[in-house]
Amino acid sequence: MTAARSNELSWAGLVWSHLRKDLRIEWRSRDAINSMLFFALLVVVLFSMAFDPTQATSREIAGGVLCVATLFASVSALNQAWAREIRHQVLDALRMTPSGGAAMFLAKVLANFLFVGIVQCILGPIFFIFYNLHPLGDTWLLALVIPLGTWALVSNGTFFAALSIRSRSRELLLPLILFPIFLPALLAMVLSVNTILTGDNSDPDHLFIKMLAGYDIVFTTVSLLLFDTVIEAE
Amino acid sequence: MKKLLIVLATLGILALMAWGFDQAIFIAPTEATMGEVQRIFYYHVPHGILCYLFFSINFVASMLVLSWRRSDPARAMAADAWALCGAEVGVLYCTVNLVTGPLWARPVWGIWWTWDARLTTTLILWLIYVSYLLVRRFAAGSEMQSLAAVLAVFGAIDMPINYLANRIWRTQHPSPVLGGGPDSGLAPPIAAALGWNVLAWAVWGLAVLAIRVYLERRQQRIDSADEAAALAAD
Repeated sequence: MTAARSNELSWAGLVWSHLRKDLRIEWRSRDAINSMLFFALLVVVLFSMAFDPTQATSREIAGGVLCVATLFASVSALNQAWAREIRHQVLDALRMTPSGGAAMFLAKVLANFLFVGIVQCILGPIFFIFYNLHPLGDTWLLALVIPLGTWALVSNGTFFAALSIRSRSRELLLPLILFPIFLPALLAMVLSVNTILTGDNSDPDHLFIKMLAGYDIVFTTVSLLLFDTVIEAE
Repeated sequence: MKKLLIVLATLGILALMAWGFDQAIFIAPTEATMGEVQRIFYYHVPHGILCYLFFSINFVASMLVLSWRRSDPARAMAADAWALCGAEVGVLYCTVNLVTGPLWARPVWGIWWTWDARLTTTLILWLIYVSYLLVRRFAAGSEMQSLAAVLAVFGAIDMPINYLANRIWRTQHPSPVLGGGPDSGLAPPIAAALGWNVLAWAVWGLAVLAIRVYLERRQQRIDSADEAAALAAD
């Protein structure tokens, strides 16, 4: 009976139980979402004041501002994602469970993806108001590009947060590793968002969206394969 | 006997580099449209090609660290020395590549830098390996070696992207002259000068790498002796 039960709790089940735990912690504290939301809002306001863009220029820079705001905000939350597992040796306990690192990692990525997604859903309308945006391209493509870019950010960020958690001055180390690795995805995301907002049809084959999807597949696969090594490193 | 060999090898490397310099500056014909400034090509291209070699050494050594870290820690230490030194020499070569590029671009293109695919991915490659070297400073011990090896895998993913950048996209950076399309290829005297310089800089870089690995292995031995002494004192 127990054997059948543990078979039932297959990989997807393990991911689900990890995910449920992460969501419950966040639901009770709401640390990550609140801090990310406020931080991203500040970045949007700062950029808006620093550049004071007209409607035409705001179309051109808005994609970049949105991506960078998400990036800065999620770094602060990603540092916390594993730091709260360190307290009371939760991480060591999780390592001893038979689930393996990959399930733990995927659940963490899904949870953070959800948190960043919620922040973006709240921030999006504010963003459109502050920058007086009036997109000229296929707006529905944003629903594809932004999740793909966010996934690239969150998946790499979760991975490197786990990697840097063991070093001295971990808060400093995460952006130093994450930003260079994330740069290709940021570039593809910004370029495709700009194409959508300005409607300039410079990328008719959606090459940059395909690149972003390819990046997601490659980097998520590598992260899943290597996560056991990171979590077991000693 | 060993000293004699070292002296002979040093003289051989210096002679080869002098020969490469002579080929690049005096023997190779002056290019028709760009003039003398084209000669920077004999330094820019070899360093670009060779930084792949050193980053590949870093990648292979890192994979060996990951596979030996449990079964054979002594060999993993040796592989780690190669990984570190490969990244250091690779960053050096990539830096030379990134410095000579703008020096050539300013007179030929009229600008120092442009954000095209080749230049951007090269800069990203450089940033990733600098962050690799930073990780090694921030963390310590055998744990750091596994973490750095994991990061090296991510760095290695960028190498094929960088190699293919001016093959996939139309870039301002000249399209490949070696292994490119049907119009690519070099006139024999230019190809000869390039070949000699690739060889000379490869031998030079490998010599620097060997010396650096030798130093790093000594440092490792000193560190482990210190650790053993500290343990014995307790």
